[in-house]
Amino acid sequence: MDEQRQPLIEFKGVSKTFGTRNILDKIDFSIYEGEVTTLIGLSGTGKSVTLKHIIGMLKPDEGEILFRGKAIDKMSKAEWNDYIGQIAYMFQSNALFDSLTVFENVAMPLKYASKLKKKEIEEKAMARIEQTELTEVFDKYPSEISGGMQKRAALARALVTDPGIVLFDEPTTGQDPIRKNAILGMVAEYQKRFGFTALLISHEIPDVYFISNRILALYGRKIVFQGNPEEFESLDHPFRQELISSLESLGEELTGLYSKRHFKVRYQSDLSQRHPDASYAAAVFTIDDLDTITQNIGHDMAQQIIRSLGAYINKHFGAVGGFSSRQTINEYATVLPYSNIEESERILVDFTKDFKEHGIEDIEEHEIWELDPNLENEDPTGEYVEFSVLAGLAQGKPQIEIESVMEFARFNQKEIARFRCARGGKAQ
Amino acid sequence: MADNSTVEAATEPAAAKPSKGFIKSFFDFFGGRTLRLNNDLGAMAIFFFRSFIMIFRIKQIPEIIAQIYFIGAKSAQIVLLVGFFTGMVLGLQLYFVLVKFGSVGVLGTAIALTLIREMGPVLAAIMITARAGSAMTAEIGIQRISEQIDALSTMRIDPLGYLVSPRIAAAVISFPILTTFFDLIGIIGAWFSGCLLLGVNSGTYFYRVVASTGIDDIMGGYYKSIVFGLLVVTICCFQGFFTHMRTDSFGAKSVSLSTTSAVVISCVMILVSDYVVTSFIV
Repeated sequence: MDEQRQPLIEFKGVSKTFGTRNILDKIDFSIYEGEVTTLIGLSGTGKSVTLKHIIGMLKPDEGEILFRGKAIDKMSKAEWNDYIGQIAYMFQSNALFDSLTVFENVAMPLKYASKLKKKEIEEKAMARIEQTELTEVFDKYPSEISGGMQKRAALARALVTDPGIVLFDEPTTGQDPIRKNAILGMVAEYQKRFGFTALLISHEIPDVYFISNRILALYGRKIVFQGNPEEFESLDHPFRQELISSLESLGEELTGLYSKRHFKVRYQSDLSQRHPDASYAAAVFTIDDLDTITQNIGHDMAQQIIRSLGAYINKHFGAVGGFSSRQTINEYATVLPYSNIEESERILVDFTKDFKEHGIEDIEEHEIWELDPNLENEDPTGEYVEFSVLAGLAQGKPQIEIESVMEFARFNQKEIARFRCARGGKAQ
Repeated sequence: MADNSTVEAATEPAAAKPSKGFIKSFFDFFGGRTLRLNNDLGAMAIFFFRSFIMIFRIKQIPEIIAQIYFIGAKSAQIVLLVGFFTGMVLGLQLYFVLVKFGSVGVLGTAIALTLIREMGPVLAAIMITARAGSAMTAEIGIQRISEQIDALSTMRIDPLGYLVSPRIAAAVISFPILTTFFDLIGIIGAWFSGCLLLGVNSGTYFYRVVASTGIDDIMGGYYKSIVFGLLVVTICCFQGFFTHMRTDSFGAKSVSLSTTSAVVISCVMILVSDYVVTSFIV
């Protein structure tokens, strides 16, 4: 598949040495248009160095970097300007100008590197500030806002020129789990909305799998893997022990649930010992309309909801020996190896009751409450955003593939709770 | 015998190291330094010319005005203070020299020519270096180590055009103005000590100041102040801009050392170039 496509950016045998220290040793990889590609690797292995080669801040000692098949070091000045004009770079340290306000920082690339008029610059910069939820702090200096806001300001500045390629150098460093996932969600959302090609460096395994089309693994000065996240999860390579084990915790940081890989490992270890005719139950939960929450209320709220649901799934199903994992951004899978379908239905009823009463908590700025299906729930004012949680159960046997059982559980899904959330603040 | 062989064995590695000899060491040391100096001067010249060319752009005007405020207006107080006391000291010293020869009438001439031709441009430049030059190095140095300068490059904004060009333009405008302030307040300071405190006739003093000062003297002072301005800004910005290339330190320490170097080199270069420019204009 990849071989048939023309790479947008291609590294061919690129090497880089600083003094006597070799950082990159003849690395080869490709980045494809419109995709999110994530470069993972341990600290100090040359990930940022790789990124800086793309924007010409560093030159390779050997090898070449191609953009749409053309070597960037052989480009004419006009071609280079056209190429570099398509790229935005978000620094690990944000690199915001601390003597300029958030607005001035965001407007900077337009002010000095475009021919737009002052009014157009203001409109464009303010639009990006609004999209990144920084309207309240647009006139503040970077030192006056939180780390998460600084990240978003850097993101707004990177996106203000409508770039075709955005390079993110560890955008989630130093953030709490909610913020980390909110930033990754933001990258994914903007990538879908604006259609740019994203290359990001991240250590957030497995969270980063949810937003990545391709994974590149840099290890021992070489790219040892390039492919999709599914292939990466099943990869058998010696670097896994060192790289993945050190980066991937047993549980996903946001929800506390198993990563997809550990979920599969647990499934195999628990059920391979069982009799082939023994049965188990599986449940699939989905948060419907999560995109609406993201767009109308914000990424932080969406991540709070994801975390909250994960915590309740763990609480109810973990207590009876079940184990769970987040499969996609808004879907969770649970296996109850020692429960039959009737028992799991009872647990689901208890879960639903508890979740409806206490489910989405700890929200400071917005209030969420459950909608009563028997009452009139129309919202003519449009002040509220609704989302629902779906759940489905299925019975499986050890010899059946887990994917087939989950597919059946998806088929059985029905709405177990619907919530309404005020757009701009407290509920009435 | 055994003892001797032990001593020989112990000293063998040291003896194996070939000695360079005095002449080779001499040329190694001074040759290396000369080559490094040559490289630095070349880099600084390229740095200056690339920055200078980018002054002439419409978008620079607001930045230049902001820098004139920072380098010029904000330095005015300290320049005026130092100028006044320098004038007072000069008035005092020259009075007691001239009084021995019965020539206190030419106090105005001595003060005006000393300040306008020499002390005004030099002392004003040193004061601006101390106040604004050090701040420039520190600011640009911090921007360098916090990747803000790299960020400019990724935004297709030329860092030299954005950071250095407005400062060069502002220095060319501010240095002569501040030198003028220094000269004027120095003349008033000397009048204060010479006329008000020591009794020289005020009319004679100001007549001599005006009569003995020619346009060549004033222009000579301005030429010097422009040269000093270009030197100070180039050196200070260069030190800050390449603070990450220092081999003796990293991070905040490198900014601190760059700032010290910028002030020391600027002050030395002011005095060296003062001699060179003076030799051309006298």
